[in-house]
Amino acid sequence: MVSSAQRVLLLCLFTGIQVLPAAASESSINLRKGVTDISHQVYDLHMTIFYICVVIALLVFGVMLYAMVFHRKSRGAKPANFHESIKVEIAWTIVPFLILIAMAVPATSTLIDMEDASQADLTIRVTGSQWKWHYQYHGHGIEFYSLLDTPMEQIQNKWIKGDDYLLEVDKPLIIPTERKVRFLMTSDDVIHSWWVPDFAVKKDANPGFINEAWTRVNEAGIYRGQCAELCGKDHGFMPIVVKAVPPAEFDSWMLQQKEFIRQAKAEEQRLLAMSMSFDELMAEGEKVYGAYCAACHQPNGAGLPGVFPGLINSVVTRGPVADHIEIVLNGKNGTAMQAFAKQLTLKQLAAVITYERNAWGMNSGDIVQPKDVHLHKQGQ
Amino acid sequence: MNSVASTTTQDTDDHGPAKGIKRWLFTTNHKDIGTLYLWFAFIMFLTGGAMAMVIRAELFQPGLQIVEPHFFNQMTTVHGLIMVFGAVMPAFTGLANWMIPIMIGAPDMALPRMNNLSFWILPFAFTILLASLFVEGGGPAFGWTFYAPLSTTYSGDSTALFVFSVHIMGISSIMGAINVIVTICNMRAPGMTWMKMPLFVWTWLITAFLLIAVMPVLAGAVTMVLTDKYFGTSFFDAAGGGDPVMFQHIFWFFGHPEVYIMILPAFGIISTIVPTFSRKPLFGYSSMVYATASIALLSFIVWAHHMFTTGMPVYAELFFMYCTMLISVPTGVKVFNWVATMWRGAISYEVPMMFSVAFIVLFTFGGFSGLMLAITPVDFQYHDTYFVVAHFHYVLVTGAIFSLIAATYYWLPKWTGVMYDLVLAKWHFWCSLISVNLLFFPMHFIGLAGMPRRIPDYSIQFAGWNQLISIGGFAFGLSQLIFLVLVIKACRKRGAVVNHQVWDGAKGLEWQLPSPAPYHTFEKPPKIE
Amino acid sequence: MSQQDKSQYYVPAQSPWPIVGACAFFLIAFGAGHMVADLQDPQASQWGSLLLIAGVLVLFIMLAGWFKDQINESRSGLHNRQLGISYRQGMLWFIFSEIMFFAAFFGALLYLRVIAVPWLGGDSNNAMTHAVLWPDFVPQWPLTETPDGTKTQAMGYWGLPLINTVILLTSSVTIHFADLGLKKGNRKQLSSMLFITILLGIGFLFLQVEEYIHAYQDLGLTLSSGVYGNTFFMLTGFHGLHVTLGTLFLLVMWLRIVRGHFSSENHFAFLAASWYWHFVDIVWLCLFLFVYVL
Ligand code: HEA
Ligand code: HEA
Ligand code: HEC
Ligand code: CUA
Ligand SMILES: [Cu+2]
Repeated sequence: MVSSAQRVLLLCLFTGIQVLPAAASESSINLRKGVTDISHQVYDLHMTIFYICVVIALLVFGVMLYAMVFHRKSRGAKPANFHESIKVEIAWTIVPFLILIAMAVPATSTLIDMEDASQADLTIRVTGSQWKWHYQYHGHGIEFYSLLDTPMEQIQNKWIKGDDYLLEVDKPLIIPTERKVRFLMTSDDVIHSWWVPDFAVKKDANPGFINEAWTRVNEAGIYRGQCAELCGKDHGFMPIVVKAVPPAEFDSWMLQQKEFIRQAKAEEQRLLAMSMSFDELMAEGEKVYGAYCAACHQPNGAGLPGVFPGLINSVVTRGPVADHIEIVLNGKNGTAMQAFAKQLTLKQLAAVITYERNAWGMNSGDIVQPKDVHLHKQGQ
Repeated sequence: MNSVASTTTQDTDDHGPAKGIKRWLFTTNHKDIGTLYLWFAFIMFLTGGAMAMVIRAELFQPGLQIVEPHFFNQMTTVHGLIMVFGAVMPAFTGLANWMIPIMIGAPDMALPRMNNLSFWILPFAFTILLASLFVEGGGPAFGWTFYAPLSTTYSGDSTALFVFSVHIMGISSIMGAINVIVTICNMRAPGMTWMKMPLFVWTWLITAFLLIAVMPVLAGAVTMVLTDKYFGTSFFDAAGGGDPVMFQHIFWFFGHPEVYIMILPAFGIISTIVPTFSRKPLFGYSSMVYATASIALLSFIVWAHHMFTTGMPVYAELFFMYCTMLISVPTGVKVFNWVATMWRGAISYEVPMMFSVAFIVLFTFGGFSGLMLAITPVDFQYHDTYFVVAHFHYVLVTGAIFSLIAATYYWLPKWTGVMYDLVLAKWHFWCSLISVNLLFFPMHFIGLAGMPRRIPDYSIQFAGWNQLISIGGFAFGLSQLIFLVLVIKACRKRGAVVNHQVWDGAKGLEWQLPSPAPYHTFEKPPKIE
Repeated sequence: MSQQDKSQYYVPAQSPWPIVGACAFFLIAFGAGHMVADLQDPQASQWGSLLLIAGVLVLFIMLAGWFKDQINESRSGLHNRQLGISYRQGMLWFIFSEIMFFAAFFGALLYLRVIAVPWLGGDSNNAMTHAVLWPDFVPQWPLTETPDGTKTQAMGYWGLPLINTVILLTSSVTIHFADLGLKKGNRKQLSSMLFITILLGIGFLFLQVEEYIHAYQDLGLTLSSGVYGNTFFMLTGFHGLHVTLGTLFLLVMWLRIVRGHFSSENHFAFLAASWYWHFVDIVWLCLFLFVYVL
């Protein structure tokens, strides 16, 4: 049997081992300092409170350890019989209370700063939905969806994982540095939470309500975060990537985007006039399906019974084309099936519907053209 | 401090234990029911632990290996629910059943038949919960906090089963709590004044009050989830004028007191064990009582510290931050009291004491991380990361579970009449201590570095730590099997027979009873000086 | 009640009823779980509802059996004073738990009125919620038009609700007189006053049903017409359920009284029923105030 002294030593060693590495402020084990004034304040607050706790711990456990070692029965200690001391009790009530006040003061001022989103230079609406982010630049007509870009093969361990595994998206959010950017958080379905550690911004996106947050980034760079509220099956797969660029670069990016939007509209018009080939539609459809639909309906179209319906030979995929277009365009209220009319282009919509009617051995031969989808949209 | 006026050995006339299964099904005996509760809790602990093992196995490496994300979420959810409602709470109720009547000199609980009912609901409730995992679409997958609208509009078909199983386990808890309160208020032996009650009794009295106050609120919350999902109400849906955040307010109004429900009895246990093995009275008995009461009262006005990121107005955030920080004060009083009790005692390290000392240190770690979480602006960084997971496993596993283990090692000889296998017990302690820290300490790091909770897969920067955590997890799980073996051995009376005073420094009525404690204890009230 | 003092404890013997009760709860929970989940699906089998009904039956059998044993033991003088006190305290704590159950719904009502609806209308830190998401929404209470445009009419407090308030208040008085009758040993007063209370309870329930019909048919006020309808029906509905149980409880007491049960000392069950009735009454007063009047 180990002697008591050995045991005590071991215990003490253990406590030591635990405290030390945490104290070392290395980034892989500690909060990031981040790139905004606020995130620096938060970091300092974090370290201050942490050190206060360490000091209290050393004091309390120091005393306890002393008693554990020197007031042992095996060392012949005779128990004292003191108890109840109002003075001591009052002291150890008041002192912690004062310490708490010392913590609360900086915490309060930081918090008040953080919650003041007024006088922003740019407003971006951030909408979460299962499982992607939708960014809209208020007053600029620019909007896009941002989805996980890590290949399924990496997730399933078939390919080597990249450096930004699970933290990469197809279209990052672009924001300017040195300007105050205000975020309006909301959601289309369940609660999500938009979190970028380097900005010290984490705000829930609640359906039906708008929460505000803001940031002013000091350094250009790429910053990565993740959804931080359980939002269903793929909660772990809805990252956030923000690219902060210098103001001038940002402004030209905005102009460029507006030009792209104009071109896309023209392209859409052109498409309406012509027809795409079946193979073209199927190829495009497979891509779209994999990116937008497979999360729920599964890559093989079988769905998850009881949660997400399978699409193989379902009432809709075998039924009239109009019904199929309808549910993909407008989703189904009160279910996880969202409206894709705004998320996808006419071409993508036509392609994915064609794909769903011909894939997985259904081979119905139905072809849906962009103009069919367009007509359906008009028909409403 | 007290002497037993009438012992019990002479009285064996009519109702000893019935034979066979009927004894357990029909029993009104607080010791039988306590035993049932304890075994049930232990089985649930193993079940919930097995689910934790699934979680840890999936998180061993980045990438999806073993389970699908949807199933992973079910494991997380049911792990949380089972550990909280199936393991910790029933285990404490079991201890209350066994010990409170003895400690206050009562023959049994005040309402013995209701006692039996409140136990037997539990196996059924958890059967329903576990059965829901096999429904098409799987069991509950929305976290143990079942935030709307994930649990309403977007949940699977098993939600109704989940709701009703929570309803009946709530009924069980409320009945159990009523029983405890009434027993303590009405069944104390003459001379057992309020301020002479053992602290375990005091902490349970206050816990029972919390239970009766908040379990009905949980019932209300699940009821609203049910009607939102199935009957067209829109409590949590803005389109109808509701608010999803209102769910969180109602849930955490229950949820925060709930976490103290899981720790106050633990405080009582530690306050019993530390004086015994320090051979010195508890430093401040009355301040311990007041501290417990303060914690309980404060617990009603801090709930929104779980909701700092939900977009409350800043004054509300400040209010809840200040109140939350305040809780550290009475909790500190407790920690200081334990240390002062050990100071200049004559300490020896029997197994219950080993676990108690570990409790004091590790629970305080958990408390400190709790305090850090309370600081709103910083909680924005911590919230919903593994830092939170680390916090609550420190207070729950090295807090609540360690106290339960300590209590078992303390009273098991009284229950069985034999000393358990000390070699195994020490192995159990050291393996648990080391592995539990391996398991939960690095969670602080990955949490701070940015790993969200409730995810089945993570980016590669967290890979190393997660591997270590999983290894710690498996080791901690296996260590509990030592405990299982030890308890079974003791129950089969393998071990040295002990006399009534198992620990030389122990005070209290239970140590004046023979070991094992007779089936019926005080038919006539003992007199307490 | 046998006048033993606290020197002798009484421990009830083993009983099969608790485990029967646990089985009943199991059947109810499991059955209701399946029934509710199958609501949307007309083709689903009905075994969920069958289990639920079976569960309720078993529950009633259990209650009858349990209380029968209890009554017999009590009447044969087994119960002592201490047990009586335990029962009284237990009942009070049970009522406290019921209060907290209602508190959850009253809390929801309060939150919705004071916070959620004004926020949807742009109050506090939610200016953008209103401006961007619900620009046409007009916050008001009663919420007669929800953000998504569901319209309903509000239920005034004149008429049925007011009459119901009077009825319940009267019933509180009559049961108090019944109680006095019991204490004085005036059994005629006891049974007649209790009977009147029961009639009033039934009358209340009857009018409540009338009111619901009125709400559904004339006002378009339903369980699913936004949070006003939600809170209205949940609160009055759970209250109505409690009145129903309370009336049943009183009815059983009346039957026992007719058979000559209870004495001026030994009448815990009657006392519990009357406490419960008073509690149901007070809940109604809060309801009347917060749901109808204000
Ligand atoms: C037994 C259970 C238990 C206990 C006792 C506690 C205790 C505390 N908890 Fe914890 N908590 C949980 C269980 C528990 N918690 C759970 C389960 C969750 C997560 C739920 C979920 O989301 O799933 C949670 C989450 C949680 C959060 C939300 C985090 C988030 O999601 O963002 C917060 C925030 O304030 C918090 C704070 C605290 C505080 C301040 C205490 C205090 O009571 C701690 C007080 C103790 C001490 C401080 C140490 C001893 C004191 C001294 C030695 C005195 C001197 C000290 C000072 C003056 C600094 N807890
Ligand atoms: C008292 C409560 C309690 C207890 C005791 C535990 C115990 C454990 N918990 Fe738990 N946990 C919670 C309460 C608790 N937890 C809660 C409330 C949550 C939040 C849920 C949510 O997010 O909704 C949570 C979440 C949670 C997570 C986060 C999941 C996520 O966010 O995705 C993790 C991850 O590691 C975890 C791990 C563990 C482990 C390894 C143990 C171990 O201590 C368990 C050890 C026990 C055993 C292992 C059983 C004994 C052994 C066997 C049965 C034999 C088989 C053994 C082997 C194969 C090795 N828990
Ligand atoms: C977040 C989950 C989710 C995503 C992503 C999703 N769906 Fe769905 N889908 C659902 C759900 C849930 C339903 C069932 C709705 C109901 O209850 O009727 C559904 C139903 C359907 C149906 C009708 C099936 C039937 O037989 O009832 C079609 C067709 C469909 N989805 C197509 C798509 C397409 C095309 C995409 C991608 C562009 C897509 N879905 C993306 C969840 C999703
Ligand atoms: Cu979106 Cu989690
Ligand atoms: Cu809390």
